[in-house]
Amino acid sequence: MELIQFAHRNYNLLLRALSEHIQMVLVALVLSVILAGLLTVLAMLFKRLGTFITYLFSVIYSIPSIALFALMIPVLGLGRNTAITVLVLYNQFILLRNFITGFNEVDHAAVEAATGMGMTRIQIIFKVRLPLSLKPIFVGIRLALVSTIAIAVIAAFIGAGGIGLLVTIGLETNNNNRILWGIILSVGLGLATNAVLELVEKRIKQK
Amino acid sequence: MMENAAVAIEYRNVSKCFKGAGYNAVDDVSLSINEGEFITILGSSGSGKTTLLRMTNRLLDPDAGNIILFGENICDANPVQVRRRIGYAIQQVGLFPHMTVAQNIAVVPKLLKWDKERIDNRVRELTELAGLKPDEFLHRYPAQLSGGQQQRIGLARALAVDPKIMLLDEPFGAIDAINRLNLQDELKRIHGGLKKTFLFVTHDINEALKLGTRVAVMNEGRVCQFDTPENIAKNPADGFVESLIHSCRQQEKFWEGLV
Ligand SMILES: Nc1ncnc2c1ncn2[C@@H]1O[C@H](COP(=O)(O)OP(=O)(O)OP(=O)(O)O)[C@@H](O)[C@H]1O
Ligand SMILES: [Mg+2]
Repeated sequence: MELIQFAHRNYNLLLRALSEHIQMVLVALVLSVILAGLLTVLAMLFKRLGTFITYLFSVIYSIPSIALFALMIPVLGLGRNTAITVLVLYNQFILLRNFITGFNEVDHAAVEAATGMGMTRIQIIFKVRLPLSLKPIFVGIRLALVSTIAIAVIAAFIGAGGIGLLVTIGLETNNNNRILWGIILSVGLGLATNAVLELVEKRIKQK
Repeated sequence: MMENAAVAIEYRNVSKCFKGAGYNAVDDVSLSINEGEFITILGSSGSGKTTLLRMTNRLLDPDAGNIILFGENICDANPVQVRRRIGYAIQQVGLFPHMTVAQNIAVVPKLLKWDKERIDNRVRELTELAGLKPDEFLHRYPAQLSGGQQQRIGLARALAVDPKIMLLDEPFGAIDAINRLNLQDELKRIHGGLKKTFLFVTHDINEALKLGTRVAVMNEGRVCQFDTPENIAKNPADGFVESLIHSCRQQEKFWEGLV
């Protein structure tokens, strides 16, 4: 009851936290996909570099997010841009693993035929591997999105705003309603996004 | 019979040993193939036929020996350029699942930047040549075709830009006897005699002897005989070729017994 009253009174506050959060997540996601796409192409062209890149980002991925945020402060300072950088770094592991595996698992006969017909390696990547990897690409994006929504909550500690701000201020002022709403919004956003994207994924599969 | 024809493909002591294998998949093969020949390659499973074809368009590089196309050593050539001059129908067909029949056939013409009208006409022509109705099939995806229909489109795709050299790896493997006869005749017609050089792999001795101007019989990576169909039938070079001919004769007897 108290929770609903709180929401009623602080309607604007919650809405702003939510929209800030979504904005931060979307910017991070778009940048992540662009970077991962470039790295995937590089990894397909240079096998060794690909192994190295995946290894590097698996190490970054294993750093606890709070520690990584803290590590970035001396380099980039506080604020939203630092948070987005960290989110992009985290996403690389999830995205690259799905993109590269997808590209590599494309039907071998199709790649052999394409090579035999005289497609260049770049042409094979864009005309054969990419269109035949839409499913794993999409799965990677869905996983990255859901994980970004959760990790972005922690970014409030370095002044990035969003849903996490409800939680941090809630902790400072001992306001349980704020903390609870922070949790509800982030979990709800994560679940809703996941559900919508799973639906889209199913439609891609049916094609 | 083609004394003055140019040499189209020459294999000079070509060998290939795959990593970790204790034998040569292709073992010291030397063949000289004239422009305009229709060579069939006959051999049991694993005898190195596909490996030999794949070295011809640089999908694989030989460990020893040289391959020379029209006087040019392909080991020094740009692989992409070599492949664009050669049509290749791979054994596993390998149609692109995300493209329609029409788009599949149009891949190489598009790479060579043909204009749209020319591509459209060529695509229809080839589909008919493969024995399929264009209006019915052009807009289907490979998953909507039977195995034999896929194979025929694979052949059409390889023929798209009318290359001077064609590598055909069991292009009729999944096709029924009646369609197969038609396609054999069609292929002979496309080959047309003088200017095109075909390398055609098959398991089927009848097909090999019927289509080939010369037949290369392969066993365990080696070419045991390379000769005209008549000579192969009359004077088998070794026990393996003999057993092939023998198996064919056995089948004939079986037929005589039936009728
Ligand atoms: N990529 C590869 N790696 C390792 N070994 C290979 C590879 N490709 C072929 N081989 C081996 O090389 C030998 C010749 O294979 P190849 O595919 O040339 O036979 P083939 O004559 O085409 O047989 P089939 O009639 O069954 O298609 C076989 O023993 C095979 O196991
Ligand atoms: Mg083979």
